[in-house]
Amino acid sequence: MSALLSVTNLSKEFGGVHAIEALSFDVQRGHVHSIIGPNGAGKTTLFNLVTGLYQPSAGTVTLGGRDITGRAPHKLCEMGMARTFQNLQICMNMSALENVMLGRHRHLGSGALAAMLKLPGLRKADRDCREHCRELMAFVGCGDYQDHAASAMPYGALKRLEIARALAAEPDILLLDEPAAGLNATETDALRSVIQKIAGKGITVVLVEHDMKLVMKVSDHLLVISYGRKLAEGTPEEIREHPEVIAAYLGGGTREPRTQEVPA
Amino acid sequence: MKGAGTMKKNILMSPYGGLLLLTLILALMPLAVSNDFHYDLLTKICLTATVAVGLNLLVGYAGQVSLGHAAFYGAGAYASAILTSQYNLSPMVALLSAAAGVGVLAWLVGRPILHLKGHYLSMATLGLGVIAAIVLNNEEQLTGGPDGIGLPPLSLFGHELSVFGEYQFAGLTLTGVELWYLLAAAVLVVAVLLALNIIDSPLGRALRALHGSEIAAQVAGVDTAKYKLRVFVISAVYASVAGSLYGHYSGFITPTVASFEHSIELITIVVLGGMASTFGVIIGAAILVLIPQFLTDFQELEMVVFGAILMAVMIFLPRGLLPSVLQRLQRGAQ
Repeated sequence: MSALLSVTNLSKEFGGVHAIEALSFDVQRGHVHSIIGPNGAGKTTLFNLVTGLYQPSAGTVTLGGRDITGRAPHKLCEMGMARTFQNLQICMNMSALENVMLGRHRHLGSGALAAMLKLPGLRKADRDCREHCRELMAFVGCGDYQDHAASAMPYGALKRLEIARALAAEPDILLLDEPAAGLNATETDALRSVIQKIAGKGITVVLVEHDMKLVMKVSDHLLVISYGRKLAEGTPEEIREHPEVIAAYLGGGTREPRTQEVPA
Repeated sequence: MKGAGTMKKNILMSPYGGLLLLTLILALMPLAVSNDFHYDLLTKICLTATVAVGLNLLVGYAGQVSLGHAAFYGAGAYASAILTSQYNLSPMVALLSAAAGVGVLAWLVGRPILHLKGHYLSMATLGLGVIAAIVLNNEEQLTGGPDGIGLPPLSLFGHELSVFGEYQFAGLTLTGVELWYLLAAAVLVVAVLLALNIIDSPLGRALRALHGSEIAAQVAGVDTAKYKLRVFVISAVYASVAGSLYGHYSGFITPTVASFEHSIELITIVVLGGMASTFGVIIGAAILVLIPQFLTDFQELEMVVFGAILMAVMIFLPRGLLPSVLQRLQRGAQ
């Protein structure tokens, strides 16, 4: 098995605060790799660094062996990386289906002339895209909202809509940022089966999530970070027994108290 | 849950149904008007609406505000004037060259300024408009300065189309004014068709995504800088073509075509008619061309009235005239 995503000595500073500090880890191809840690540990910052929304202060990120450090998000999408957001990034001026169709951007010709003249090739590709995206919406469990305006959808459905949009790009690797946040138990259960089905398609999944039950059930491998540093790494069973992780989560006294300030 | 959010497909809401309706209205308009003055207004409405439809792609759909769009309108008009009168090009060749030139100009100008966001982009485009007006006023040898510059009548396939002429078609006698209206109406219909096609395409989705969530667009693979530049160029070419036609129609242009006031008028049309509503901005154009006709006795009040209308729309109909009205009709139907 080979590493699809490799992060080496990655660091990010915000005005003197080390949000991520010399972090290294590998994500194996085909794994569901979860990243957990207390609030403010730097999980979302890590996602933003890996997906090109932030520029790292130091370190490298490689995808399939190619250096992608600091590359623009749209280029990473073309290379097969897709993601969702903790605080949704949905185009509220578009319909639900159009949001998913936006995700297929990299697979569609987008020439201005072809668009203006509605050339038959483009028209057919767009029709196929529409069908494919309807199926994707049903797959993630928000098929009931296909003809709705995005702005008319409830929160739980919007979270799934983002996953459908990310899948529309046909990524090799999918990064999910707290997909279960704000979902009830039934919805979380449905989400778990969606994540497992995605993994079953051979898509590598990187998951940031607070819901431990969900994480322990779906993950092949876990990375625990705290204050921007790696705390522990291993299988769900190893992490469950790890003393430092227990301390970080339950506030035990096995570690020296840290003097580092909380990131602003 | 079904209902409120469902996008119903009735003929008015479907864009191409709207295009059919527009074509019908434009075709039947001659039955409702009687004199040259009315045709003159209709022609001006069609040409202004053409600019607005292009500007709406940039402002309404892609969410990038330009406060200097009259610069491209003026550039098209002046390029046509200079190319026909000083370089003896035929009007159609001049119009197409002007459109290509303005497209390149928009690309060159757009590259640096489209990296700006929000108010900063507005300020940069405002500056662009001011520069254009200054150049047209001061390059007297080329542009005629504040006195303006004349244009020959338009010629199509070797036939001259003068507002003062009379033309025979299959036993029908049409005046030049009537023919000009038909030409301007046809241009508007084509402009709308192309715009609708763009909106309903991957390109159109990418543009609307710029407005909805630029981050979503980026992670979905949209090169946002490239797409902003693209829609900027497209909307500039729309303005250039309409500007060239207006120049030939009126036969004489002054730097006011590229003035700051004209840019504001264009953005008012888009906001008034309805951002991201192609048919709304046509209504907006009609209103803004007609208002001065009702205010001929109080010309100095024109800008005041424009301002008051803009404020009233922002307060009472923030989505613009047509979208707000359609929304109410839809609610009433349920």
